[in-house]
Amino acid sequence: MNGPGRARGSGRTLLEVGRLQVHFPLREGLFRGRRSVVKAVNGVNLDLARGEILGLVGESGCGKTSLGLAVVGLAPVTSGRIEFKGRSLVGLSGRQALERSRSIQLIFQDPYSSLHPRKTVCQLVGAGLRIHGLAQGPRVDALVLEMLERVGFSLEHLYRYAHEFSGGQRQRIALARALVLKPELLILDEPTSALDVSVQAQILNLLKELQAEFNLTYIFISHDLGVVHYVSHRIGVMYLGHIVELGTTAEIFLRPRHPYTRILLSSLPSLDPDNPPQRQVLEGDPPTPINPPPGCPFAPRCPEVREICAKEKPELIHRAGPDGHLTACHLSSA
Amino acid sequence: MRDPSRPASDLLLQVEDLKVRFHTLRGVVHALEGVTFHLRRQETLGLAGETGCGKSVTARSILRLIEPPGYISQGRIAFEGRDILKLSQAEVRALRGSQISMIMQEPKMALNPVIRVGRQVAETLLIHQPGLGRRAARAQAVEMLAQLGIASPGRMARRYPHELSGGMAQRVMIAMMLVTRPKLLIADEPTSALDVTIQAQIMELMKDLIREIRTSVLMITHDLGIMAESCDRVAVMYAGSVVEEGPVRAVLKNPRHPYTRGLLKTVPDNANPDQPLFSIKGNVPSLLRPQTHCRFAPRCEEAFDRCREEVPPMYSLGGEHQAACFLHHRAAPARPAGGVGAAEAG
Repeated sequence: MNGPGRARGSGRTLLEVGRLQVHFPLREGLFRGRRSVVKAVNGVNLDLARGEILGLVGESGCGKTSLGLAVVGLAPVTSGRIEFKGRSLVGLSGRQALERSRSIQLIFQDPYSSLHPRKTVCQLVGAGLRIHGLAQGPRVDALVLEMLERVGFSLEHLYRYAHEFSGGQRQRIALARALVLKPELLILDEPTSALDVSVQAQILNLLKELQAEFNLTYIFISHDLGVVHYVSHRIGVMYLGHIVELGTTAEIFLRPRHPYTRILLSSLPSLDPDNPPQRQVLEGDPPTPINPPPGCPFAPRCPEVREICAKEKPELIHRAGPDGHLTACHLSSA
Repeated sequence: MRDPSRPASDLLLQVEDLKVRFHTLRGVVHALEGVTFHLRRQETLGLAGETGCGKSVTARSILRLIEPPGYISQGRIAFEGRDILKLSQAEVRALRGSQISMIMQEPKMALNPVIRVGRQVAETLLIHQPGLGRRAARAQAVEMLAQLGIASPGRMARRYPHELSGGMAQRVMIAMMLVTRPKLLIADEPTSALDVTIQAQIMELMKDLIREIRTSVLMITHDLGIMAESCDRVAVMYAGSVVEEGPVRAVLKNPRHPYTRGLLKTVPDNANPDQPLFSIKGNVPSLLRPQTHCRFAPRCEEAFDRCREEVPPMYSLGGEHQAACFLHHRAAPARPAGGVGAAEAG
């Protein structure tokens, strides 16, 4: 892909997503006769450099999770490209799919349902090593222990069950399970949403340390702008299956160009009672991704909407500001 | 928010030394260890704290919704001077919904799935004002929905809960709770399940409506930003007791309890991304033993011997600001009668 979506810096591109569409057919109504399509991801372009943390923000139903699932092969790719280290990930099977499942790992939001309740920590974390044939016998336990110690556990925790741990500890077990396979890309889907702020701080610190230590690349999916601001190098703002703005964290927070990004940022409650945000309140509910509008996806709710917006879908391209700052808004070039 | 011209003595709610226990297989959980706070008329008090600190148990106690294996072992909850804990079941039922309402976190769980939402809102009115009549109740319900920014309230009233988005369902819930114009509204994480833009909408609407019908609000939230925006005063809870209380500005800008300070520092919103986030070391203590010392002491960087031996009382720090921490042992102890004593001392 040239130009649009180009990853920051000179680092080698690890992941390329081009015109990706993830659609889910839906049959509803009496006798399930009425057909419609949920366009969860509807034409996303994205590049990711090795060692980068890309934050994906957006509200429920914007497609951020579906995008992550498509990369790990858990959501059907309707059309478009996903390339990992130059090789396509679309429609993989057999040995290649297995290899992908080692090098791209997913961390789920809810650590209470993502760990098998009847397996010990040792079995949970070691299962991947066995499946991928990376270690056998006592070597498995040694590797598992090494990784568990890295995320803050010790030998005594090895034979306990998931229910004996708190939410933050479980999320660390999930991290150990992913990292023991030496993955290159980690997709973190709301990894701290189920946790309290003080525990969240521990996990965020750990995630940043691990990223630097293992030279990992993260796609960090979250609805929490504060968390994304703290963690990410670059941020993609999603709305109704599209990335509407993409840029460095500083650019997005200091000079947001898309009206939706500005509204999203102004919705954040301020911790300083003397300095309340200049709030722009958005009217209406987010539209459903079932048969979305033809033009700009944000047009029906946009306070700055023009005639062109309802007719023509704006591309995510560089319109103004620094090179890497891309916006999908007709008005942004002004 | 509160009109500052009103006299300071009109207490609506006084919670004093409230203790709640739960009998479990593993032992007795001491969920609340002497919670004391007060709420004035037309005031919004925020109850902040992390999971398990007792915010929701406190709220449920006020409505007498603690059910076995839990029970209120001690304390007084005075609502307009009457002790709620001494009322009969019938008297409590008369209070619920008409005088004291509660908004839950998950609106869809709280609405009846097989009844149209308009009827659910109207029903609340009819229960407490049986003489009103169906037609009038329905009209008031629709008007309430309109006040909550619902574009076509008549059509909305004919829908079922499953047809609504989360934001719409929460509006219906708020309408249902405010249509009887209660004196006290308990909002338990009212926007936690919603997206930020919807949260902003709902918070603005709630603020306007609360001002209009002159309701006092007990706002329970773990989001300190929401607290900063919507509350007059806040009480910070940790492991079953209030550790710091005061005007929102004083507590957020000049926190005096080490836990409050830590909590504010762990919020990533304004943190420098190049430095590790502050995190409070250790874990929340087990509540299986009664409180014999400061429950935060094992995690506190400023703890000294006394913290591990005694339960710290509330110390008055000027104005209405008070903290339960021995670091302030030279300050005058705040009087247990809540804000009345504190206001006189300050």
